[in-house]
Amino acid sequence: MAITLREEFDRLRNTEVWKTIFRSGSGSSNLHRAQAVQQNVFLHLFSVKVRSRALAFSPTWYLGALTLSTFFILVATGILLMFYYHPSVPQAYADMKDLQFVVSSGVFLRNLHRWSAHAMVFLVFAHMFKVFYRGAYRPPRQFNWVIGVFLLLMTLLLSYTGYLLPWDQLAYWAVTVGSNIAKAVPFMGKQIRFLMLGGNEVNANALLRFYVLHCVILPLAAVLLVAVHFWRIRKDGGLYVPEKKL
Amino acid sequence: MSDVNTKPGAAAAAPTVAKDKEVSRREFFAKMGMGSLIVAAAGTGLFSYEYFSPNVLFEASPIIKAGKPDQFPPNTVTLDPQSGIYMVNGAKGFYALGAICTHLGCLTAWKPELDMIACPCHGSRFNRDGIKIAGPAPQPLPWLKVWLSEDGYLMVDRSETLKEQEFVRV
Repeated sequence: MAITLREEFDRLRNTEVWKTIFRSGSGSSNLHRAQAVQQNVFLHLFSVKVRSRALAFSPTWYLGALTLSTFFILVATGILLMFYYHPSVPQAYADMKDLQFVVSSGVFLRNLHRWSAHAMVFLVFAHMFKVFYRGAYRPPRQFNWVIGVFLLLMTLLLSYTGYLLPWDQLAYWAVTVGSNIAKAVPFMGKQIRFLMLGGNEVNANALLRFYVLHCVILPLAAVLLVAVHFWRIRKDGGLYVPEKKL
Repeated sequence: MSDVNTKPGAAAAAPTVAKDKEVSRREFFAKMGMGSLIVAAAGTGLFSYEYFSPNVLFEASPIIKAGKPDQFPPNTVTLDPQSGIYMVNGAKGFYALGAICTHLGCLTAWKPELDMIACPCHGSRFNRDGIKIAGPAPQPLPWLKVWLSEDGYLMVDRSETLKEQEFVRV
């Protein structure tokens, strides 16, 4: 069975269509395998070879990969939620309630989005603690740590902007408090709060601004930084794996 | 020389020492280019700031009609959550306090049983004159300008903070 499957797969890899898409062709030599990774737009961010020890559980606890997984869940569920949510003052809260009680599977998707968001914040911190206590931030990986700090910032901003969207009491007062914290910035605090809210109070403009940030600008920025983050893993010599103790 | 492309002026200026400070054509254009890029970047920044600052806002007027004086019994503190003010009918007359906590902007509440104004967010407490009793609030609650309109309503201007205590007697 296994042999026939492999033969079928090899036959597929030799077709003209496959070869136009995947330039590396059908061979299975080390060179072909390396090219299969290197010449794929998604895979070329990663190393063509990794130490098997780097794939073990203990060096990373897979925290970075788990964070990425929650991000994918958030993108998928977030796009689905956008089909029912209107970022307007009269409708936002009602839409959120409709998702909970009226829309088929709405409560499942909304809760999945919410819990994944909490999990992502937790996992980002766990990942950073793991990297810090392992010493994996040290040269030559110091720049990737900086990228990671920006990714932490993106995660927190995504979390904060998403918090307003249900437009309930918790959301309203959390953003009131948060925008007043921004107002405490020296010299330009008032202007920052005004730009953030699109006015002087948490209202329709603020809801729309947070919605655009949450659904477009911050996710795009996060994807860009994630791409650099992964590419840098390869450029900095792969995942940090301490020498095995003898 | 490998820097021919980057520093053409160096070779040209070398024979005549007096022409040291002359700028070569290429340097001139490079500076012009860099200068216009800087101007364009500054313009983009200004444009963005202007674009993202709304010029017209659909927000409530700072001047509100609080109500007729007889709506507020003597010696009471009344919160209007909609406009975020307290109308106080005290011994010396009427005055109005902003009800927005000076710490981080939460709406405070009057607690008659404690004879205090309390903020639910971070526990700041004020007396009925707006003076802070406890909590993180950095400022007292502001005294707002109050006057009696011609048709007998107590009016409050939320944008005008009084420096000294003023009372409206009816």
